[in-house]
Amino acid sequence: MYFGRFDPSKGESLQILDPQGRIVKGFEPGLPDARIRELYERLCLMRQADRAAMNLQREGRLGTYAPVYGQEACQASSAFLESSDWMVPSYRESGALFMRGVPLSSIYRYWMGDERGMSFAEGTCVFPIQIVVGAQPLHAVGLAWAMKLQAEKAAAVAYFGDGASSEGAVHEAMNFAGVFQTPTVFICQNNQFAISLPRRQQTAAATIAQRASSYGFPGLLVDGNDLLAVAAAMQEALTDAREGRGPRLIEMLTYRFGPHTTSDDPTKYRTDAELEAHKPLDPLLRLRAYLQSKKLWNDTDEARIMEKGLAEADEAIHQAEAMAPAPVTDIFAYTYRRQPPYLKRQQEDFLAFSASKSGGESHG
Amino acid sequence: MAKLNIVSAINQALDQEMARNNRMIILGEDVGLEGGVFRVTDGLQAKYGAQRVMDTPLAESGIVGTAIGLAAGGMLPVAEIQFEGFLHVAMDQICNQLARMRTRSRGRLGLGVVIRVPWGGGIHAPELHSDSPETMLVHTPGLTIVQPSNPSDAKGLMLSALRLGEPVIFCEPKRIYRAVRGEVSEEDYTVPIGKAHVAREGKDLTIVAWGAMMREALAAAEELQAKDVSAEVIDLRTLSPMDSETIIESVRKTGRLLITHEAPRTLGLGAEIAARVAEEALSSLRAPIERVTGFDTVMPLSQLEEHYLPDRRRILAGCEKILSF
Ligand SMILES: Cc1ncc(C[n+]2csc(CCOP(=O)(O)OP(=O)(O)O)c2C)c(N)n1
Repeated sequence: MYFGRFDPSKGESLQILDPQGRIVKGFEPGLPDARIRELYERLCLMRQADRAAMNLQREGRLGTYAPVYGQEACQASSAFLESSDWMVPSYRESGALFMRGVPLSSIYRYWMGDERGMSFAEGTCVFPIQIVVGAQPLHAVGLAWAMKLQAEKAAAVAYFGDGASSEGAVHEAMNFAGVFQTPTVFICQNNQFAISLPRRQQTAAATIAQRASSYGFPGLLVDGNDLLAVAAAMQEALTDAREGRGPRLIEMLTYRFGPHTTSDDPTKYRTDAELEAHKPLDPLLRLRAYLQSKKLWNDTDEARIMEKGLAEADEAIHQAEAMAPAPVTDIFAYTYRRQPPYLKRQQEDFLAFSASKSGGESHG
Repeated sequence: MAKLNIVSAINQALDQEMARNNRMIILGEDVGLEGGVFRVTDGLQAKYGAQRVMDTPLAESGIVGTAIGLAAGGMLPVAEIQFEGFLHVAMDQICNQLARMRTRSRGRLGLGVVIRVPWGGGIHAPELHSDSPETMLVHTPGLTIVQPSNPSDAKGLMLSALRLGEPVIFCEPKRIYRAVRGEVSEEDYTVPIGKAHVAREGKDLTIVAWGAMMREALAAAEELQAKDVSAEVIDLRTLSPMDSETIIESVRKTGRLLITHEAPRTLGLGAEIAARVAEEALSSLRAPIERVTGFDTVMPLSQLEEHYLPDRRRILAGCEKILSF
C-alpha cells in the first residue's frame, strides 16, 4: 500500500510508469490492460475536447476558459469514483467532469456564459464548478461528514490547486477532516503555477502532501503525469475513506502546458525553454508508449481516437450552440425558492421595459 | 498632457508615490512579475524591486491581515485583491480588523492601507468577477471607499488615498479600465476624497452615478439634452464617507433625482442617497426618487449580463418616468 510507504517530506513520491512508458522496477500496473487502454482513449478525447474549447474561445464563441492541457492524468482521477461518491471541483476540472460523465456540451455551455451548463441530471453527485480559490474543500468535508453521519459507504473528493493550498479555508478543511475523520479525499493538482506564481513561492514547505501529517492523516505525493500512479493512489485513498479509515491527501505533481486561462499570457512569467523541458513528461506520451510496447495500441488506433475526439467535441459544440439562449427570466429564477414580491416586480418591470424597447428605439 | 486610460493613470500614481515614499510597498497575487492580471502594477517590480513589489501566496485574508501589521509597523502597504468577488475571503480582516483598529487603539493606530480592487461587471468574465459589493464596505464604519470614473480622477484620487493615513478601498471599474481615455497631467496632483463632482450641470433633474455607470449616465444626459431636458450628473467618486451635500444641493435646484448603480437594488447606495435626500430635501422633490440598478438576484453569467447591468436606455426610461410624474 502506497500511503505511508512514501514520505513526501523526504521528497519521496509514487511513480509506476516512467516518462519512457516503462513500469518502474518493483511495481505492477495495477489495472487490467483493457482498462488502461480505455483510460488512454478517454485521455485522448479529453485532450481534443480541451483543445476545441481553446479554439472556440479564440473564435469568440466561448468565454474565459481554464485548460487542462498537461493535467489529463490527474483529471482522470475522477474515473475511480463510484456514482455515490461526491466530486467537488474547481474551475480547472473540465477533464475530471468529462471523466465523471458530465456531458461535454454542458461543460462548453457553462464556459459560454450559460448557467444552464451547471444543471446536471438529478442524482449526479457533482458540485457546481467553484470559482473562489480554496472554498470548495470545506464543502467536500461537509459532504463526507454527512455520509459518515448517515453510515453510508461513500467518499467526497475535493479538487484544488497548489495556489489554493495557501488559502485559510483549505487549512480549515483539512483540519476538520482530521478531527472528524471524514471520508474526504483531498486532491491537490500541483501544476506548479498559480497564474504567474511558481509553486516554490507559494509555500516554503518542500511539498504540499507533507501537510497531511500535521492534520493527523496520511498524505502521498504522486507523479501526476503518470496515470497508473494516479489510479493506484486514488483507488487506495477512496477505499480507505469509504472503509472509515479517515481522510487522505494526494498531491499530484504535474505541469500546466497551457495558459492559466484564455485571458492569461504565460510568456510574462515563464520561458518557452521551461515549457519545452516539461513536454517530454506529457501524460499521454508515456501511457501511449506503454500501450505500444505491450502491443495494445498502434498508430492507426491513435489516428482513429484523435479523429473521434474531434468529432465528439464538434458534436458537443453543436449541441451547446444550438440551444436557444436562456430567457431573461432565468436571472430571477433561482435566487429564492419563493420570489419576494419586490423581486417579482423587478422582473415584471424589466420584462415590460424590454418589450417596449423591442418596439423601437423610443426612450423607454 | 498625455491621454491615458484608467490602468495607466493608476499605474502612474503608484509609480510616482513609490518614487517619493520609500515606505510604500505593493503586495498581492500576481502583482509583481506579471504586473497584475489587469496590468495595473505593470513594470513596478522591475523598477522598484521584488522587496517593494511582492507576489504573495494566494490568500486574501493573509494579504489584508499582514497589510495591517505592515502599516502599524511603519510601511505604507498597497494591497491588490484580484477581483471584488474575492474580497469576501478577507472580510474579517477588512471589516473587523482594518476598519476598527483606529477605534480599538483609541486613535493610536490609524492605518494607512490602500486596497485596490477591480470592480463591477460588463467584461464577460466568469462568476464572481463582475459583482459590485460596495454596500458591504460602505456599511462598515471606518473605511473610506473610492471609485473613479475617468483616468484623471483615478490618478488624483489614488494619490489622495495613498496619503490619507486611513484605510481606503479603491474600487477600479474594470469595464472602463481601458475603454475610457482622457488627459492626465504628469504632475503630482490630488483629487479630494470625500467630495462628489458635478460632471455635468443641469436644472431639470439630477442623476447620481459612479464608476462605469458614469459613462451611461452622461450618455443619457446627452440624449435628454436633445429633447430639451437638462440633466445634472453627479459623479459620487467617494462612496464613503459620502458627500450628500453636493447631491442635496443639486436636488434643491432640480427637484428630481435618479440614482443608478450596478449593485443590487436593496440596500444599494441608492437607498442611502434616497434616504438622505428624503430627510433633508423632501420639500424640494417634485417626483418620487427613481433608482435604476441591478436586480436583487445573483449577478448572472455573461450571456445574461447585459440584461442585469443598467444602461443608458434604462436610465432614460427612469428619467422619463420622473419627468412625467
Ligand atoms: C479566492 C480567490 N482569489 C483569487 C482568485 C483569482 N485566481 C483564479 S485562479 C488563481 C490561481 C489558482 O492557482 P492554483 O490554486 O494553483 O490552481 P490552478 O489555477 O493552477 O489550477 C487565482 C489567483 C480566485 N478565483 N479566488
